[in-house]
Amino acid sequence: MVKDIEIRSSPHLKRKMTVDRIMRSVVLALMPISAFAVWQFGLSALLLLVTTTGVAVLTEWFFARQSGQGNTIGDWSAVITGLLLGLTLPPGFPLWMAAVAAFVAIALGKALFGGLGYNVMNPALVGRAFVQAAFPVAITTWTPAFAPGRFVELIPSTLTLPFMQPVPVADWVAGLNLDGWTGATPLAMQKFQHLEAPLTDAFTGLIAGSAGETSALLILLCGLWLAWRRMLDWRIPVSVLAGAALTALPFWLLDPHLYPSPGFVLCSGGLMLAAWFMASDMVASPVTAKGAILYGLFIGVLTVVIRLFGGLPEGVMYAILLGNAVGPLISSWTQPRVYGSK
Amino acid sequence: MADVLNLFQRPKTFGHGIHPVEHKELTAGQPIRRLPFAPELIIPLSQHKGRPAIPVVKVGQEVVRGEPIAQADGFVSVPMHAPATGVIRAIGLAPTAEGPKTPAIFLKVYHAASQQVLYGLDCEPERMNAKNLIHAVQDAGLVGLGGGAFPSHVKMKPPGRRIIETLVVNGCECEPYLTCDHRIMLEHTDALMRGIRIALRATRAERAIIGIEDNKPDALAHLRARLPAHLPITVEAVKTKYPQGAEKMLIKSLLGLEIPPGGLTADVGVAVYNVGTLAQMGDLLPKGRGLIERVVTVSGPLVERPGNFMVPIGTPLRFLLKQVGLHGAIGQVILGGPMMGMSVASLDVPVTKPVSGVLVMEREESSQKDLRVYPCIKCGECLNACPMSLNPSLLGELALVRDYATMAGQHHLDHCFECGCCAYVCPSNIPLTQYFRIAKSINRDRKG
Repeated sequence: MVKDIEIRSSPHLKRKMTVDRIMRSVVLALMPISAFAVWQFGLSALLLLVTTTGVAVLTEWFFARQSGQGNTIGDWSAVITGLLLGLTLPPGFPLWMAAVAAFVAIALGKALFGGLGYNVMNPALVGRAFVQAAFPVAITTWTPAFAPGRFVELIPSTLTLPFMQPVPVADWVAGLNLDGWTGATPLAMQKFQHLEAPLTDAFTGLIAGSAGETSALLILLCGLWLAWRRMLDWRIPVSVLAGAALTALPFWLLDPHLYPSPGFVLCSGGLMLAAWFMASDMVASPVTAKGAILYGLFIGVLTVVIRLFGGLPEGVMYAILLGNAVGPLISSWTQPRVYGSK
Repeated sequence: MADVLNLFQRPKTFGHGIHPVEHKELTAGQPIRRLPFAPELIIPLSQHKGRPAIPVVKVGQEVVRGEPIAQADGFVSVPMHAPATGVIRAIGLAPTAEGPKTPAIFLKVYHAASQQVLYGLDCEPERMNAKNLIHAVQDAGLVGLGGGAFPSHVKMKPPGRRIIETLVVNGCECEPYLTCDHRIMLEHTDALMRGIRIALRATRAERAIIGIEDNKPDALAHLRARLPAHLPITVEAVKTKYPQGAEKMLIKSLLGLEIPPGGLTADVGVAVYNVGTLAQMGDLLPKGRGLIERVVTVSGPLVERPGNFMVPIGTPLRFLLKQVGLHGAIGQVILGGPMMGMSVASLDVPVTKPVSGVLVMEREESSQKDLRVYPCIKCGECLNACPMSLNPSLLGELALVRDYATMAGQHHLDHCFECGCCAYVCPSNIPLTQYFRIAKSINRDRKG
C-alpha cells in the first residue's frame, strides 16, 4: 500500500500567499496608474515606463546570475522597481537617463545589498535620487498634460542621444499654444509663486507633474485595493498622509496665502504615490506594527518640512530615503511585548 | 431576542493568531463509532510526559480487556491497561512517531475478543477525598488527551504553595480537521460533567469554565443546556482562531491572565483539562477502570470514509487506515492536527494516548503548493500571527546564521511553543517553526 511515506516537520499547512503573488498584485495595482500616465502624457510616457521596467528587469537578471542566485525575475520585484521609477520621472525625461536611473536603482539600490529582501532603501528612489543629482535640469523639466498629438509625436527631449543633454522643450511647448502654461508643476508654483492649483484638479490628476504622480484619486483607489487584499500595510500610507497633513495644518492656519492647505499637500507632488507604493515597501520599512506608524509619521512630517523650508519643491523622496535609513532603529525600538513578560 | 443580543457580544479571545481553513465539515457530523480490534496491539510504555511505565506482565501471559499491564514509575508517570483480551506476545522495541524505537508491550488479541470491559475495581469517587481522587486518576492512566500527554493527576497537585482557583475545560479544538472533542462534547456530555465534578473536587478549584470556539454552536448550546444546577460551572464561547486551544492562549482569552515565562498554569491559579480527558475521567473513575481507548478523528484529503472512531490504544495505523479506506498515493500521515502534529515514518506506529487525529495528506508535488523559498521581505505577517508576540522574522534571520545563543538569550526563543503560525503565514515559504525547533534542540544539547 505504501512505498515511501513523506516525513516533514510541522506545520503541515501553508497559507496560499507567496512573495511572487504579492509582487504580481502590486504590479497589477500599478497598471491603472501607468495607463493614466500614458493617456495623459502620450507616447513619451509609454516609452519611459517601458525603458525603466525593461532595464530594471535586465539588470536584476544580470546581477542575480552573477551572484549565483539563479533567475530571480520570477519574483516580479524588479518590475515594480522599474515601473515605480518610471512613474516618478518627468514624462519627457530622456530615455538614456531613465535607463541609467533604472540600472542604478537595481544595481546600487538592491543587488549590492544582496537582492530581494536585503535592500536597505527603496531601490526605485535610490535610482531617482541618483538622477536627481546627476541630471538636475532634465529632472525638473516638465511638459504639459494632454498635449495635442501626444499619441503620434514624442516630447522632443525623450529621444536625446546618450550622454547628451536634452534639447530644450520650451520652443516645442510654445508651439502647442497652451494657455497659461508656465513650465512649472503646481507644487513649484505654490512654493515659489504662492499660486495654488485648484484642489479638484490635483485630486483627479488633470495637471502637470511626473508621469504617474498626478492623480491622487487613482493612486488612492489602487492603494486601497492592495490594502484590502492585505498585500500592503495600511498603517504606513495612512500615517505618512496623516503626518504630512498635520504638519501642514498649523502653517496654513497661520498664513493661508503663503503656505499650502493640507488638502493641497496631500494631493500634489509625489506624496500620494510615495505614501502608498514606496514608503510601504515591505523590505525597507519597519517590521513591527507600531514601528510602521512611527516610520510613516516621520516620513510625512519630513516631507512637509522639506517642502516648506527646503530648497526643493518636493521632499518626499528624501523623506522616504531617510525613513528607510532609520527604519531598523525604529524596528528595534518597537519590539512587541512578549506574552507573559512585563 | 437572545440571538440578537449575542450579535453584539464579541467572543473572548487573545491577540494575534491565524485563521486556517478548517476542513472540519468532513467529520464534524460523524458520530463516534467503534472499530474491530487489530490482530495485534502495540502498547508503548512511554505514551506520556514523565518516566515510562514498568511492565507487570510476562510474555505468554493472558490478560483481559482493562487489566493493568504496566505500573507507574513514581509520581510523574502513569500505568497502562490492556486494551483487549489476549496474550502478551512480546515485550520489545516498537516504532514511534518521534523516531527512535521505544520499549512496548505487544498484545496478540484473541479472535472474537469481546468489546466488553471485564476488569474494574470498586471505586466511589463521590466518597473519596482529594488525595485519594488524585491517586485514582493516576491509577486510571489518564494523561492530557488533547495532545499534551501530561499525566492528569500531576496537574491536580501543583508544586509549592500554588493553589488552583479555576479549572479551565478546553473544548476549543482549534486545529483544522479535528472534531473528536466536538463529538465528545455532544455525545459524552454526562461523562464530561462527571469528570469536571471530579476534577473540581480533586483540585479544590472554586469554579470551572468550559471554553469552546464559536464555530461549534451546537456544542455550546448542548453543554449550556446540560449544566448541573448546583455546580459552579459556566460555558464561554471563545473566538474561532488558531491556536485558541493552546492553554496559554485560552487562559488569556477566558481570564485575561498571562502565564509568566517558564511558569506553570498553576502560577496564575489555573489548571487546564481537555474535554476528552475529563470525559474519560468521568467515565472511568466510577467504574475503577483504566484508559484503554480514545476517540480519534481519522480524516484528510485521501481518506475515503473520514470519521470519528473509538480506537483501542495500540492499534497500528496500518490497520486503522485499512478500516477507513484510502485513495491516491499517500504523502504524509500525521498524528494530531496539521499545525502541530507529527508526521510518522512508518504505518506500524500505534495510536497512543495523546493521538487526537490521524490525517492522511497528499504527496507534496500533488498538493499544488508553491514551495520555493524566497528571502524574508520583512512583511511582518509573522509578527502579526505569533500568539506569543515574538519576532519570528528576526529569529529566522538569526537561525540562518546559526546564532542560536542570541535567539534564546535576547529574543525569547524559549517562549515559542511551535504552534506553526509564523511558518503558515510566511509568503517567502521560510520554514520558521522548523528552524526554531532545530535551534531549541541544539540549545538543549549544548546545555545538557
